[in-house]
Amino acid sequence: MSNGTPISPSLVAKAAGRAKDQAPVSSIVGASNPVQGPNNTVAPTEMTGSQAIVRSLEELGVKDVFGLPGGAILPLYDPLMDSTKINHILVRHEQGSGHAAQGYAMVTGEVGVCIATSGPGATNLVTAIADAHMDSVPLVAITGQVHSAFIGTDAFQEADIVGITMPITKHSFLVTNPDDIPRVMAEAFHIAGTGRPGPVLVDITKDAQQGKGTFAWPPKIDLPGYRTVTRGHAKQVREAAKLIAASQRPVFYVGGGVIKGHASVELMELAELVGAPVATTLQARGAFPDSHEQHVGMPGMHGAVSAVTALQQSDLLITLGARFDDRVTGVLSTFAPNAKVIHADIDPAEISKNRTADVPIVGSVKEILPELTEACRTRFAEDGHPDLAPWWSTLNRLRETYPIGFTETEDGLTAPQRVIERIGALTGPEGVYVAGVGQHQMWAAQFVKYERPHQWLNSGGLGTMGYSVPAAMGAKVGNPDRVVWAIDGDGCFQMTNQELATCVINNIPIKVAIINNSSLGMVRQWQTLFYDSRYSNTDLNTGHGTARVPDFVKLADAYGCVGLRCERDEDIDATIQQALEINDRPVVIDFVVSRDAMVWPMVPSGVSNDAIQIARGMTPEWEEED
Amino acid sequence: MARHTLSVLVEDVPGVLTRVAGLFARRAFNINSLAVGPTEVPGMSRVTVVVDAEGDLLEQVTKQLNKLINVIKIVELTPDTSVQRDHILVKVRADAATRLQVTQAADLFRASVVDVSTDSLIIEATGTAEKLDALLAVLEPFGVREIVQSGTLAVGRGSKSMSDRALRSVSA
Repeated sequence: MSNGTPISPSLVAKAAGRAKDQAPVSSIVGASNPVQGPNNTVAPTEMTGSQAIVRSLEELGVKDVFGLPGGAILPLYDPLMDSTKINHILVRHEQGSGHAAQGYAMVTGEVGVCIATSGPGATNLVTAIADAHMDSVPLVAITGQVHSAFIGTDAFQEADIVGITMPITKHSFLVTNPDDIPRVMAEAFHIAGTGRPGPVLVDITKDAQQGKGTFAWPPKIDLPGYRTVTRGHAKQVREAAKLIAASQRPVFYVGGGVIKGHASVELMELAELVGAPVATTLQARGAFPDSHEQHVGMPGMHGAVSAVTALQQSDLLITLGARFDDRVTGVLSTFAPNAKVIHADIDPAEISKNRTADVPIVGSVKEILPELTEACRTRFAEDGHPDLAPWWSTLNRLRETYPIGFTETEDGLTAPQRVIERIGALTGPEGVYVAGVGQHQMWAAQFVKYERPHQWLNSGGLGTMGYSVPAAMGAKVGNPDRVVWAIDGDGCFQMTNQELATCVINNIPIKVAIINNSSLGMVRQWQTLFYDSRYSNTDLNTGHGTARVPDFVKLADAYGCVGLRCERDEDIDATIQQALEINDRPVVIDFVVSRDAMVWPMVPSGVSNDAIQIARGMTPEWEEED
Repeated sequence: MARHTLSVLVEDVPGVLTRVAGLFARRAFNINSLAVGPTEVPGMSRVTVVVDAEGDLLEQVTKQLNKLINVIKIVELTPDTSVQRDHILVKVRADAATRLQVTQAADLFRASVVDVSTDSLIIEATGTAEKLDALLAVLEPFGVREIVQSGTLAVGRGSKSMSDRALRSVSA
């Protein structure tokens, strides 16, 4: 030990008095065959850089891309026109291409692709790239860049998009040589789609697109600094099983990683073996079926009392692909104060970032869960199965006393929750539900029943208003046989509804339910609760008794969609049914609802989860601890 | 807060320093000093970062650095198992009356005079941060006109090479 100490997650854990959490070298994914796609071989062939981009996308197995051309990406669009394998969907705004690629990736599990030109085209992608980064969505963004000789001269439509997106990408490339294109494309897809998924930017100068280079496939991927551990460390898995066997009040805290890792089946097996309650976060809705008796709901700021309490009063958090986000934990120092923590995540940096893990397991939940199930089975055979009956009696009482529900509105207008509940009930779990951000997002998370993974898409980490319509479009392209609902707000819808034109022209028949409360509803709710009902700049004038600008039905009509309006409870079902029967074009329903409905339960910002309110000023009655 | 010296082996590609420095900025980690240069392996650079962090925060720093694709390996170099040196150039007032005193002070620190003019000297010194602080304290009364200082450079003691082992683990 004379040349310093290598810093790896395992070592730091050891230094902190904990056991190693890194897997043995044999389970590290090497560069053996990281090039995705059908694995064709292409002998070295001379072609232009832009042809090489198209050919790389084809060899990578890409079928659909979303984009909008401009000066610096024009060379790429020429050979793209001739490709019979790649379906390019022309969006109306680059942000739409980014969110569409996200929606596509979320339902297919494949890397989504969006394309934009340099400068403003690229900067318009920034929101979608940041969104994909926060929610770990595999995305490759291809942007044109000005000629390499002009870089740094403030040339027309020049923006340092690699620099701009550095903090919000998993990695990025600037390509100035056409020979580099196949390798960079393969590396970009490998990085975006493996490990903790995320967005990768590939910025390609105009001369690299126009110049001739040699294309050969598969290229050699050279990423010495990129290693992903997928298999959990066996000793840590056994430690976890030991804690589970000894726990009186365990709870599964399931995050979006279980969806990204396609590990729902594996989760079910472990959950049923252990018999502990399962809470699915906003990003994990559907990872475990809502109808399952062990499901206690969504935790967090607007979570179910049973789920929030299950975490809060737990003695063991079995954390799977979750990251202790502040919207889940509330005030961190008061979160689940008596719980030990098992934390399984593919990103070592998430472990002990916010909450120190007692048993860290770095790896893919897909591989960890079956091993943990086996380890638990062995452990239960020796120690017996823990008795969780008292724990369940506490949680069942809370679940029965404080179910997710809503009260009728005082103004007599439709309750937004009812609309969303009926959409879910009439469409069923085979549909895909894509929300914007705000009250309607929370209600969609609460009142639609999620039974399968990839049924629910939303912008959780970044909270991007305007996500819904373009992401629903991408989801429908990826899953054309499913009914795809964009459950949107009147504020969100006005940010990205231009993609309805894309949907109509390309025959992408999504259904949009605008939960129209004529205001920026979530902001208004906070103004009601915390700003003395002073409604500063949250009135959008789209609902009852206002100028109704824009008229959403006329707007839908102008786009060539079917526009419907529903203002009375008795029309809700019939309107939804009507929408479900239209499959030849998009449908937009203007559900005009009460603006005073609020999202409950709620843990106000800056307080402990113990202070959860089931309605304004009302907290649950806690059972006396025995 | 305790200072820790991290040696970060990186791919020598455009933007790598921005990636490392940007990471520190956006995650609100404090850098005390940073030095970067090529290594004995073509295509590899080594960044030496002194950070104000310990415990969980130091763990976060290294984990986040490890996530950068161009970062190959990170090693913490502790004072007792490594050699750590800073490099400094100091311009000091020194006329005929004080020149001898200044050069004698420099001699005591094994610093060398690298430039002389009628009313000033430039002194070059290498050493630990503590030694250089002591040198500056001694020079201060004469009138320090300019200080230019490098980041800390550090290398582990003994025959082993960081890049050696890193490259072996990569090719394995």
